[in-house]
Amino acid sequence: MTGRRKTLELPASALHATAKQTLESGYRLALIAAHDDGESLRVVYVFTSGPPDHRLELTVRLNPNDPRVPTLSDLSFPASRFERQMHDTFGVIPEGHPFLRPLVRHSHWPEHWYPMRHDAGPTPAMAHEGVPYPFIEVRGTGVYEIPVGPVHAGLIEPGHFRFSVVGETILKMTARLWFLHRGIERMFQGVNINEGLQIAERISGDTAVGHGLAYCMAVEEAQGIDVSHDARVIRSILLELERIYNHVGDIGAMCSDVGFGVAHARAMVIREQLLRLNESVTGHRLLRGSILPGLTSVRRLPTSAELDNVASELSQLMEFISSNSTVFDRFEGTAVLLADDAEAIGTLGVVARASGQRVDARHSQPFVSGGSAFRLITQSQGDVLARFTQRSDEMRNSLELIRGHVGLSPRLESSEALSQPGSASGLGIVEGWRGSIVHRVELDVAGVVARCCIADPSFFNWPALATSLADTIVPDFPLINKSFNLSYAGNDL
Amino acid sequence: MTPDGPPLGYAIIASILQVALIVLGGPLLMGLMAKVRARAEGRVGAPIHQPLRDLRKLMGKEGLRAHHSSAVLAVAPLVVLGSTTLAVAISPLVTTHPLLSASSDLFVIVYLLLTGSIAMALAGLDTGTAFGGMGSSRAITIGALAEPALLVAVIALSIQARTSNLPAIVAATITHPVWTSTPTRLLALVAIVIVVIAETGRLPVDNPNTHLELTMIHEAMTLEYAGSDLGLVTLGAAMRLGLLFALLMNLFVPWGVATGSSILGLLAAVVFLALKTSLLAVAVSLIEVHSAKLRLFRVPELLAGGFVLAVLAVITQLATR
Repeated sequence: MTGRRKTLELPASALHATAKQTLESGYRLALIAAHDDGESLRVVYVFTSGPPDHRLELTVRLNPNDPRVPTLSDLSFPASRFERQMHDTFGVIPEGHPFLRPLVRHSHWPEHWYPMRHDAGPTPAMAHEGVPYPFIEVRGTGVYEIPVGPVHAGLIEPGHFRFSVVGETILKMTARLWFLHRGIERMFQGVNINEGLQIAERISGDTAVGHGLAYCMAVEEAQGIDVSHDARVIRSILLELERIYNHVGDIGAMCSDVGFGVAHARAMVIREQLLRLNESVTGHRLLRGSILPGLTSVRRLPTSAELDNVASELSQLMEFISSNSTVFDRFEGTAVLLADDAEAIGTLGVVARASGQRVDARHSQPFVSGGSAFRLITQSQGDVLARFTQRSDEMRNSLELIRGHVGLSPRLESSEALSQPGSASGLGIVEGWRGSIVHRVELDVAGVVARCCIADPSFFNWPALATSLADTIVPDFPLINKSFNLSYAGNDL
Repeated sequence: MTPDGPPLGYAIIASILQVALIVLGGPLLMGLMAKVRARAEGRVGAPIHQPLRDLRKLMGKEGLRAHHSSAVLAVAPLVVLGSTTLAVAISPLVTTHPLLSASSDLFVIVYLLLTGSIAMALAGLDTGTAFGGMGSSRAITIGALAEPALLVAVIALSIQARTSNLPAIVAATITHPVWTSTPTRLLALVAIVIVVIAETGRLPVDNPNTHLELTMIHEAMTLEYAGSDLGLVTLGAAMRLGLLFALLMNLFVPWGVATGSSILGLLAAVVFLALKTSLLAVAVSLIEVHSAKLRLFRVPELLAGGFVLAVLAVITQLATR
């Protein structure tokens, strides 16, 4: 099912030209994974395109004493961010990078300490107060700054937003993240493949299936296991269950942010029903533990009556919300992410599709075939309303997809024997509810995880939030932020 | 005081009663509104007297103030509370003969309320935080648009009653019940309801329940308050709400307000006022439940609409004279 991965090792001098050619032939940059092999450093550039599913890996080996690669930042905006990440954690220097500011690294980290290098050692003592982050200052009459966070009111993740504002109009917003950096990729090193799943399911608490499945698919590819069709169908059902419960939560949260509390309460009721359905299907409200490397098992499948019930309650909720003209007024035309910007930034998932981008791993890298009611839905406006409508449309399509898959009556449990392989690598690509998740796993000879490199869609989408804020006002920001609902945990790793 | 009015002792008792009623009633009205909202959202909700418990808790706490703050931060809650208490004491809430009723002019009441608003806005600026300044700027913008609408709407009533003295307007309305259904009154009523919603920071103008600092108006100004200071500020806001609700009801549905000098009449008036304001509170929360918060730049449009209605009320009244 999964497309053949092509791999190519090339000298650093040839990288830029090859990458340029690859991107021009319709590939997107999915991931840049650096590796410290001890005697040398190795950087793997993963490109994907589809349909049909194509995956290409370019590998460059570097001298560990002077690791330099030519920058790809002129070709791809996501590349510039991956390179900054790699610079902070591995000390690899992207030559010619125009904006090599710290991304992962906060200023209290010791200078020249690269946590992903094999000789990094235990975490050194951190300075109490670092140098303030050099935010770009906007000057002019009446311009002032509003610093918000990293600690916010309410139960949300930490992130610092620096607004430059005139009156109520936002001129510039910079998001400073990585307050939630837990060293996840380092945690993966040396664990066995089942322990690795425990970590993967907890990368971002609301994306247990998305990250868990991407990890399992990567491990299975590395081990050469071909998962049965029944298992793929079950996995697809779980992925869509996760999409629905998160989308309905987002829809409620967007209503709550415009003060429409009744709609929020009704959305939360539906979300709770879905969480209980999750529990009875998998034994876990957040769908953990049903997908393991080589193994898929659920207790039962959602019944047709349950799906009908959710569908009818969702359409009632949507009708109730769209009957409120103030809500419509708040959503429409707010924070437009133009299609060109969405494409240039390399956005993924709901955010990209709401701005007309036809990107969806279920379309380009499908892992299940047959009986699929999947439709690639997009909106054209790119505003808060488009992101709202996109979620609503996707939920409806997910319910049809689940219905179609349940109709295939797949076996509830299936397992494949794990092999005792040599060292190998694998790539897992999954359309999580936020967007495409990519895991690249390398197993070593003992069957333990040597490296797991993760790209969460939020990593691609965060810059789009700042871009969409042109011509918006400060009191609309919480709503706009909610309409993107990006993961801090998935981004910060 | 009018020469044939009741004795001074009666006026003193009435005013004390009004203050006590609003100190207890303001928080209870907030509790009632929260309850209605909770029920509409399918929750049980906190008991109606929860805001009173919260106040008692806050008053028992130490008041912490930011290091760089000045006396403004400390004095502002007292100004809010003092000006509101004075307005409550002299307004026609349970009687048309409260203390200093001769001075209970509509301009006096409106500017007493304004004094409190300005004190809060200055307190918001005092600590120098971005949120406080933002809240003050928004509150003053909205206040500047709401006050004129309120003044003009009450002027329409005062042309009808040929006096700008609020107790006299209420008394005249009781003697001329037919006034309550004139076009002037209805137009002015809508205008004043809009102003009251804006001034008390309710939806669709401000969301009193939000935790999102960037969207706040009134709450943003009070973010730096803690402990007993916060208790005073919260009590001030609740009393303002009580006063505005009570005035609104008495201007348009004045029955039950004591006009004579019997103590029994006062007690009956208390019951009537409690009922009337509760009804209004339920009505306002039902509006809240079914509305979302307006985009900030739409709020001036709403208030301008209120102002236009108020002007129309004046014109109608002048035309029908």
